[in-house]
Amino acid sequence: MVDVIKTLDIKYLPSNPASSFRALHESLIDYGGNKQPEFLTCMHEESAVGMAHGYFKIAGKPLLTLCHGTVGLQHAAMGIYNAWCDRVPVIVVGGNDMDAAHRPPGVPTFHSAQDINALVRDFTKWDDAPVSAQHFAQSFVRMYKIATTPPYGPVMMSLDAGLQQEPIRDIGEKLYIPRFVPSSPPQGDSGAVKEAARLLANAEHPVIVVDRAARTPNGIKLIVELAESLQAAVVDQGGRMNFPKTHYLNRPPNVIGQADVIIGMELSDFWGVVNGYVDNGDNGIGFNETKIKAGTKLISINSVELITKSNYQDFQRFQVVDVSMPADAEATLPALIEAVRSAIPNDRKAAIDKRGETFRKAYANGRENVKKAAAIAWDASPISTARLVMETWAQIKDLDWSLVASEGNVSNWPNRLWPMEKHHHWLGRSGGYGVGYGAPASVGAALANRDLGRFSVSIQSDGDLMYAPGVLWTAARHKIPLLAVMHNNRGYHQEVMHVQRLANFRNRVAYLGNDLAPMGTGIQNPDIEYHKLAESMGWWAKGPIKDPADLAPAIKEAVAVVKSGQPALLNVWTQPR
Amino acid sequence: MRNAFILIAAGLVLGNGAAFAASAESGKKAYVAHGCWQCHGFEGQGSVATSNGTVIAHTQLPFEAFESFVRSTNRAMPPYREAILSKADLTDIYAYLQSVPKPPDAASIPLLNP
Repeated sequence: MVDVIKTLDIKYLPSNPASSFRALHESLIDYGGNKQPEFLTCMHEESAVGMAHGYFKIAGKPLLTLCHGTVGLQHAAMGIYNAWCDRVPVIVVGGNDMDAAHRPPGVPTFHSAQDINALVRDFTKWDDAPVSAQHFAQSFVRMYKIATTPPYGPVMMSLDAGLQQEPIRDIGEKLYIPRFVPSSPPQGDSGAVKEAARLLANAEHPVIVVDRAARTPNGIKLIVELAESLQAAVVDQGGRMNFPKTHYLNRPPNVIGQADVIIGMELSDFWGVVNGYVDNGDNGIGFNETKIKAGTKLISINSVELITKSNYQDFQRFQVVDVSMPADAEATLPALIEAVRSAIPNDRKAAIDKRGETFRKAYANGRENVKKAAAIAWDASPISTARLVMETWAQIKDLDWSLVASEGNVSNWPNRLWPMEKHHHWLGRSGGYGVGYGAPASVGAALANRDLGRFSVSIQSDGDLMYAPGVLWTAARHKIPLLAVMHNNRGYHQEVMHVQRLANFRNRVAYLGNDLAPMGTGIQNPDIEYHKLAESMGWWAKGPIKDPADLAPAIKEAVAVVKSGQPALLNVWTQPR
Repeated sequence: MRNAFILIAAGLVLGNGAAFAASAESGKKAYVAHGCWQCHGFEGQGSVATSNGTVIAHTQLPFEAFESFVRSTNRAMPPYREAILSKADLTDIYAYLQSVPKPPDAASIPLLNP
């Protein structure tokens, strides 16, 4: 098994130890020399999966995690769901002792099940439960191949504890390890590409909307090429770093309203791009309203249509489109760009250039307006999220930086104010919005950045950190440098607003107890001393920082610590959003 | 002294008898107690994430229009009817929003102009 795993060049193995995979664990560190993969000790299975999630978004290569078959996988499940929704491959192997006649009674039997994979089958691309060493070899290479073929996704293997420990049976055939050959990503049909190009080339106001379109740095270049060919506005929804924030065609979502043709690439929710939902009642129904003009043509390139499942509703509401390509956007872009260039009529070229000039002016005006908005409450205490973000920026701007997570909602200031241009400048969010992603994903991404010599910074929210703060210890133990600047607004803020909303609709005064926020939504009384929590697990830390004037020197000090190879955390009290 | 100035300033803005009783200091407390800060920030700065970027500090809306919106908004903002937010408290909140320190000019902030 170790020989098979080693053929796939998997660098790390973040895991929480468990008896059901003790045999493989021992072989990996002793027979395998604890290299390719190197075991990283985790304190929660959700942290292990989150680390693998963040790691992939920098390295472009999946990690393996081992977990206990039942209870460990239950811990891991939310992280796997996030990876599924975020289209990230994670190789999950769960130990499971199937033989009821021979497995130890008591705890190991509590921790065994007929079909552990069932727990995550609805949000994994593939799963298997091999019954021989050769079967393991086939299935492990197959699961790696499936996970790393776009659309990416997590995969699951139930690995029998007996199979891990028993000697290799002589069945008269030589065991072999199948060679891994990556699959090509699926491209859009040539006829559909041509029709999409025709619509875009003849549009008065084409708009490009991207979410997870740039799987790689090359994806950004391709989207820029398409946008410049058309001088079309680009709305980057931020599932990945798709488009440079410094480009004049980078526009806010309200340009959708002027569009006559919209192309959506790898969108998680096309309906939500062209429609609005207003939550304006206590009956939970609200109302819908269109954001687009009648007759606007819609084009979709979305590989996720190839792996849609039924139970979990990550496919969102159904949106009718005029041209639908179930295909990988990045792989389809070269053909689409070529088709668009061929389809632009000569007599439209001047109008297209003029469109670009309009966007240059709008971009410049937009920048000034964003700065004005950032200046409001600049000197406030608790510290404004704009100030938090820009004080951080000032200390890292000369480094090869990577914003590895931004959880808890800081009003999108990094994307609005930082000159994000490279693929590693922004990694997107959790995918499934399962809270608890930020801390482990930022540690995983920082691990990948460490190996590339980059500086990692995260905006770390309070609620997110407390789901599984043990990942802080993992970062210190394995010397993963990361600057975590906390957005500590002392509450589950989305829920703060939800409960207030319902109280208002019902004409009731929200009960606060002694908190600022409605009962059950605040994280105060007592305030959590995150800096002490981090210090106790081997981090350099400081806080609570409430005065904006104290922020710059603290961040400067923390940056120096991180550059020396240690993780550092700043507990900053912030405005709500 | 500063509070007295704020009271007068708020009264002038409101332009009616009731408004002269408005207190920015009480308004700040009411603003927090009624949860306005949740979406609009403690200084009324707003957020693209919670208030569509609307800044309510130093709102240009006359008090009557401000009240009308707060009472009956049929949009994303949940309404605050008089049963849960008295006119006196809302008047104070309005005064508080007029009293919030004006932001510095963005052009004068080096961090915003690297």
